[in-house]
Amino acid sequence: MKLFKALAQLFHYLGSLGCFARDTVGWLLTKKRKLKDVIREIVFIGIDSLPLVSLISFFIGIIIAFQTAYQLRAFRSEIQLATLVALSMVRELGPVIGALIVAARSGASITAGIGSMKISEQVDALEAFGVNPLDYLVVPKFLALFICMPILIIYADCLGIIGGYLVGTTKFSINLGLYFRMTFQALSGKDILSGLVKSISFGSIIAFVSCYEGFRPFSSIDVSRSVTHAVVRSFILIIVFDCILTAIFYFVGV
Amino acid sequence: MIKIRGIHRSFDNKEVLRGVDLTVNKGETFLLIGRSGAGKTVLLKNIIGLLRPDCGTIHIDGVDITQLSNDKLEKVRLEFGLVFQNSALFDFLTIEENVGFFLYQHTKLSRPEIRKKVTETLALVGLKGIEDAHPYELSGGMRKRVAIARAVIYNPKILIYDEPTTGIDPIAVDKIVSLIEDLHQRLGITSVVVTHDLEVGLRLADRLAFLLGGRIIFEGNKEDLKQSQDDRLIQFLKGSSGGPIKEMEV
Ligand SMILES: Nc1ncnc2c1ncn2[C@@H]1O[C@H](COP(=O)(O)OP(=O)(O)OP(=O)(O)O)[C@@H](O)[C@H]1O
Ligand SMILES: [Mg+2]
Repeated sequence: MKLFKALAQLFHYLGSLGCFARDTVGWLLTKKRKLKDVIREIVFIGIDSLPLVSLISFFIGIIIAFQTAYQLRAFRSEIQLATLVALSMVRELGPVIGALIVAARSGASITAGIGSMKISEQVDALEAFGVNPLDYLVVPKFLALFICMPILIIYADCLGIIGGYLVGTTKFSINLGLYFRMTFQALSGKDILSGLVKSISFGSIIAFVSCYEGFRPFSSIDVSRSVTHAVVRSFILIIVFDCILTAIFYFVGV
Repeated sequence: MIKIRGIHRSFDNKEVLRGVDLTVNKGETFLLIGRSGAGKTVLLKNIIGLLRPDCGTIHIDGVDITQLSNDKLEKVRLEFGLVFQNSALFDFLTIEENVGFFLYQHTKLSRPEIRKKVTETLALVGLKGIEDAHPYELSGGMRKRVAIARAVIYNPKILIYDEPTTGIDPIAVDKIVSLIEDLHQRLGITSVVVTHDLEVGLRLADRLAFLLGGRIIFEGNKEDLKQSQDDRLIQFLKGSSGGPIKEMEV
């Protein structure tokens, strides 16, 4: 009975989130935007996330390199390191880690920002002056995430690969030319496509969840709760979607 | 004209409005009074469609806005100007962008033109030289006046003031009262004013209504007010704590 109720709540949540996403996309298509508004969001969401994304993906690259080298040693084929680092970064870790960082960093601040506007009646004020809050607040953030995520994630992939190269060259003296030749041999267009599809989906999830949660609070206590919800729910949805997308790509052979 | 019939509205089992009937004629200044917590702000938000009533009808110039879809309601709202009780200025915009918000969003005026109009309107509420400041740099009373400027700048057909003079010094109050009177006389704007300052309210109002217990228990002009024998109204106007209205009753 409890399980049933929880499931009902889950579907209710997903349903409202879906409607929210539909309305946002509806507004996106009906009106021209000012480039300035979107650029402001891109700077905040994309450019300001660069340092953290760089740091983490670089270290992840190093970690995978060591980890795979350790396992490859058994087959005396440490030379395959480049292939494995490239594939795991581009197909899986780049998009997921990048998305988790952006959800925690930008998603949380989007929710807090909209939430504090909501409780100080600024969202009401937007409506009172004939401006739709979805159109004014959500669409630019959605667009920014939609544009930034793929770029951010390609960038994260590159840094991870550079991290892997550092291990390859210092520990196993693989030279630069060979390492990158192996990297590009390993990667097919399909791998890159799957990485891009994932990054765009995760970017949209972050935009919808964090904005949707932003409109829910009624008091400042609710705002802090909403921020937590936004981050946790984005994480869950990102991982679930990652699983679904990975399975789809596996079965359709992309 | 605003015609309200049988509006009910509750929040989590708490009935705030229990059948409000009210008529505001075109071009008049209407005063709404009532105790703190009586539901005046809730009623105003229903009129402008920020809250939807549980039941009842609200006709604005013959159109029932309770039946409108959100898109259509958005169009109707362009005829309204609202001064929020807590000002509700946009934190992330400058004062100029706040006051000129409507013009930036809904007209094709150029930036310098809007800026000129903003400066003029700020002068009407007794403020100058703050165009490039942000709301958090202003005092509460200044913010309130900016909120008034933001609502009057585009000469909407219906202006709704939720406590326009609370927290404002007496000299500025006079300026704002003159502004409201002037808009009313020059442009024939319909205004609804909520205030606890009865002196200001009665100076402005053509007609007034008293909201108590979720219903309008008095509606009429100032003559009717003088003639009224309703103990509750007399007690409220005198401002005494003893009488038919108990301390906790709203
Ligand atoms: N969003 C809301 N959720 C729950 N209750 C609410 C909400 N908004 C208003 N109320 C309740 O409705 C009642 C009326 O509130 P309202 O703000 O309309 O009072 P008011 O007449 O404007 O008072 P004041 O003169 O102090 O501004 C209050 O008891 C308040 O608790
Ligand atoms: Mg109020």
